[in-house]
Amino acid sequence: MTTASRASAPAVEMRDVRVSFGPVIANDAVSFSVEPGEIHALLGENGAGKTTLMRVLAGLIQPDRGELRIDGSVVTIADPQAARRLGIGMVHQHFMLIPRFTVTENIILGNEGDGSVLDRQSAAREVRKLSEAYGLLIDPNEKVENLTVGLQQRVEILKALYHGSKILILDEPTALLTPQEIEDLYGILNRLKADGTTIIFITHKLKEVAAVSDRVTVIRRGKTVGERITAGTTGQELADLMVGRGVSLTVQRTPATPGRIILSARNVTAKPIHGHTELEIEKLDLRAGEILGVCGVEGNGQAELVEVLSGLRRVQSGVIEVNGKDMSHGDPNEYRAAGLSYIPEDRHHRGLVLDFPLWENVLLGNAQGEPFVHNGLINKRRTQAVTRNLMQEFDVRAPSPNTAARSLSGGNQQKLIIAREMFRDPDVLLAIQPTRGLDVGAIEFVHKELVRVRDAGKAVMLLSFDLDEVLDLSDRIVVMSGYRIAGEFVAGDVTRNQLGLLMGGRTSNESAAD
Amino acid sequence: MEDFFTLDLLTRILRVTTPLIFAALGGLICERSGVINIALEGLMLIGAFFAVAGTYWTGNVFAGLLIGMACAMVGALIHAVWSITFRGDQIVVGTAVNLIALGLTAFLVKAIWGAAGGSDRVHSLPKVGSMSILVPVAFALVPVVAFILFRTKQGLRLQACGEHPQAAVSAGIDITRYRYLAVLSSGLLAGLGGAYLSIGNLNYFTLDMTNGRGFIALAAVILGGWSPWGALAAALLFGAAEGVQVQGQSTPGFPISSDLMVAMPYIVTLIAITLFVKTRSGPAGLGTHATTS
Amino acid sequence: MNRLQIKSSTLLSIGGSVAAVAVALLLGALVMSASGASPVEAYQALWDGAFVGRRSIAETLVYSAPLILGGLAFALSSRAGLFNIGIEGQLITGGFVAGLVGAWDLGLPGSVYVPLALASGALGGMVWGFIPGFLKAKTGAHEVITTIMLNYLAMRGITYLVLRRDDVLPVDPSFIATQKVVDAAKLPILLDRTRLHLGIIIAIVAALVLWYVLFHTRFGYNVRAVGLSKGASAYGGIKWGATVTIAMALAGGLAGLAGAGESLGLHGRHWATAPGYGFTAIAVGLVGRNHPLGVIFSGILFGALNAGGPSMQSADVSKEIVQLIQGFIILAIAALEVVNRLPAIRSRLARRSAAQKAGA
Repeated sequence: MTTASRASAPAVEMRDVRVSFGPVIANDAVSFSVEPGEIHALLGENGAGKTTLMRVLAGLIQPDRGELRIDGSVVTIADPQAARRLGIGMVHQHFMLIPRFTVTENIILGNEGDGSVLDRQSAAREVRKLSEAYGLLIDPNEKVENLTVGLQQRVEILKALYHGSKILILDEPTALLTPQEIEDLYGILNRLKADGTTIIFITHKLKEVAAVSDRVTVIRRGKTVGERITAGTTGQELADLMVGRGVSLTVQRTPATPGRIILSARNVTAKPIHGHTELEIEKLDLRAGEILGVCGVEGNGQAELVEVLSGLRRVQSGVIEVNGKDMSHGDPNEYRAAGLSYIPEDRHHRGLVLDFPLWENVLLGNAQGEPFVHNGLINKRRTQAVTRNLMQEFDVRAPSPNTAARSLSGGNQQKLIIAREMFRDPDVLLAIQPTRGLDVGAIEFVHKELVRVRDAGKAVMLLSFDLDEVLDLSDRIVVMSGYRIAGEFVAGDVTRNQLGLLMGGRTSNESAAD
Repeated sequence: MEDFFTLDLLTRILRVTTPLIFAALGGLICERSGVINIALEGLMLIGAFFAVAGTYWTGNVFAGLLIGMACAMVGALIHAVWSITFRGDQIVVGTAVNLIALGLTAFLVKAIWGAAGGSDRVHSLPKVGSMSILVPVAFALVPVVAFILFRTKQGLRLQACGEHPQAAVSAGIDITRYRYLAVLSSGLLAGLGGAYLSIGNLNYFTLDMTNGRGFIALAAVILGGWSPWGALAAALLFGAAEGVQVQGQSTPGFPISSDLMVAMPYIVTLIAITLFVKTRSGPAGLGTHATTS
Repeated sequence: MNRLQIKSSTLLSIGGSVAAVAVALLLGALVMSASGASPVEAYQALWDGAFVGRRSIAETLVYSAPLILGGLAFALSSRAGLFNIGIEGQLITGGFVAGLVGAWDLGLPGSVYVPLALASGALGGMVWGFIPGFLKAKTGAHEVITTIMLNYLAMRGITYLVLRRDDVLPVDPSFIATQKVVDAAKLPILLDRTRLHLGIIIAIVAALVLWYVLFHTRFGYNVRAVGLSKGASAYGGIKWGATVTIAMALAGGLAGLAGAGESLGLHGRHWATAPGYGFTAIAVGLVGRNHPLGVIFSGILFGALNAGGPSMQSADVSKEIVQLIQGFIILAIAALEVVNRLPAIRSRLARRSAAQKAGA
């Protein structure tokens, strides 16, 4: 075990760092320190600002203010080359590898040695030597496109080592790995540590913090909220720090009166968007008059679940019913006809055609027939009139139905989507990250609207990566982890910490024991 | 029929393949860097015209050759500025360059020689046997380009720019510089191909004398899987079809209609592109820009 | 208020096109000056040749007809998100098929024969447009390459048929063309002692129909949605593959109609040559902002350039300058697009103006 403090200066020190993108502050007043030769976990929820902070170290983002020290001396890291010169290497969550290049070509790119002519053989020998020295076994002449994700990650790590990195940052390195590959990775990291490499390990999984790190810094909503020696803390304490005791916006609502099942999924499986873990939903029911909250860390099958439930993704096996009708192989239009509405997570690429005027966006998904379309012809006047009414009813602030959706603020865009989706008077509403990127006023509006829909006897599914939001609004909560539903609770019967542990990959039993 | 497979046929095939090789190699370098280049046609035309004009002005055919190549590079520079710096639609820009080349050469032909159809006769480049010296140059360039692309540091970096611009940036490669150089190289090579048509194979310029060879060259790049040897093979396929067609016309009783023969390369390309589009696609970052955050 | 806003955005794109044309004419003037000619005289001659006098105007409209239809073909494919370089091939296929049907002498009255010949031309182009659309939808084969190949295939194929298959087809190998179209299949002449035929009316009607289809029908809505956002259109339940395929087929049909008009109205037969309208059509579509009504005007503009071009001879400027100017126009439009596309600037401007209006 590494000792907590040493006489020598920290390998990395960030003091009072602040990063903003326009009006959005991603990191603020961050202080972060890593001792030489330790494995330091950077723990936080999705969107907490972990990756942004580390991109500062990698020279990809310039901070507004703050001080960076490497081995005790103040530095500025203007670009990736500067980071490389300082011995900082980063393994991104999305690998920066060229699939058609060989392992060796990827590793030497940008640092090919003297002269114009490549000496692939000696480069390959060097790569092989390096890979053997660290136990990162790999064929230097294999093409990267033929490697598994786990092996590709080795290439990224080797690349960093080849460029002389003494400080290695890994961003969510286990996200796409199989359990066996994760074990291998831990072994590799420990060998690197033994060799004196300093490692920063970005994660949202408590299990990983315990398994691999010496110390851990927790970051929440852009700020560092605590630093612990891993051996001296508990999963409970870390979960607490990670999710906070959030000051939630209070939403006025009465207890739910759940009615009949409107949407049900049984033994549904589907292929994933990336990676190779299949979505497997044994049982999921949405009931009338109830908000079902879905929480979990991003990339645990939520996107696939939503696509499956809305007809955008083909079901491999299993049955989905809406209002008792088998929809397993339905397309989005058929789902809509069966009574489903869907607020997508991505306003700009799914929810709206930004260059269309508002009234044509109201038509999106509503163009199958009456009242807007008759015999294939669009009733423009009626659509515009309806749009005008919806704008009034849902407080969409825009000059007219002819305004381009692009010119609206995020909040007004979201209100327009909600207005459109409510217009059909659906029986079930999927609301995916419905408040992402909105200001407080718009968030309140969306929350009230979801409760109103519930109270009108509809089934609502609220999927959010913001645990507070899920807790505030849901009558029932399911946790997604590893492309499965890891637990289901009645809202009052579960604590934030239990959920946090499940989200972090603990099993239901483990979390109950904690 | 025995008159058909003669040495004549072989030289004919080599002659018609030569300009395609030059342009295809240029297109290959350009596309490998991630820039789509449908302007090859226009760049060849510019090269063809200014090689003649340069020879006419200077009285020296080699000076003419250099002028032709330089002017094609200027055309390529327009393509580069619009496609890389302005981040314009590379296909739209290429279309504009093609139209400008067509219009400019036709305009200048009249302005310089006062004739509508073509230029006066000028000297042509020296020949080896019955072929222009540019014929062996074209074939010799194939291994050279292959070497640069696959065996040098610069080639590796160029490929990185085309395959994964973000990865190239994160490896510290100045992709703007590489892409400019690649587009300019394509101008140089397409210009050479055009010059071959006007002062290599012939000794004058006629309107639209490239007659789609730039597009064929681009198809050869794609059909050849973006590799120099593949492009050579594809260019030879096109060249053979054209050569056989010309030969067939002068061979009485040739069984296949030469007009149908000449359509073969297009059909082959269509089928190949349709069948192999998934297994054998171009550089992954073709037509995209690196967004550096 | 909302009418005002439509107008301001429309004005902006009209302004952009006008500016692009102006810049291109200016560059053209520079080239002329450099070659020792007087741009003022040349443009005066161009204007006279295109618009002054009954015959000139008729010639402008004669040239405009295929350009408008070709421009519509480009506009329709672009609205669906595809770059159609294959208009040339679709156009000549249509022209050839219409020429054949017109030359066959089916013994029909004009009122039946003309529509039949036009429709068969449109169908020919439609097939030639369907192929790249279908390949794109099924395999992802890039339409730029497939349409270029189809251009050459059409050209070579027609040449072959015209030269070698006079045994079964009404073609004339000595002319490298189809045989003459019978009178009953010819498009009527609109203006005595000019070449102005029905084609221009067909083109304008086609533009109006396309405008209606694009902006007032579900199909047109689907086409535009697919072209602007693949993700949002999928979310809206719109099938990308089918939409793209049909749009390309219809675009081919429009181009085929352009060719049919040339065969049945202008030449009285189909010549197996490439008129080069396919590339000009791209410029027509771009200048018309891929809007059918805009395409009418830009088609007439390019028709005027083509019709008036030869008159510039009197000012010692060859008509080829017109092609050069067309290229400049596309470059200028592309440069303007760059300014337009900078999303940060654009959305900030749009939001500011929306906020001002909401506040007003």
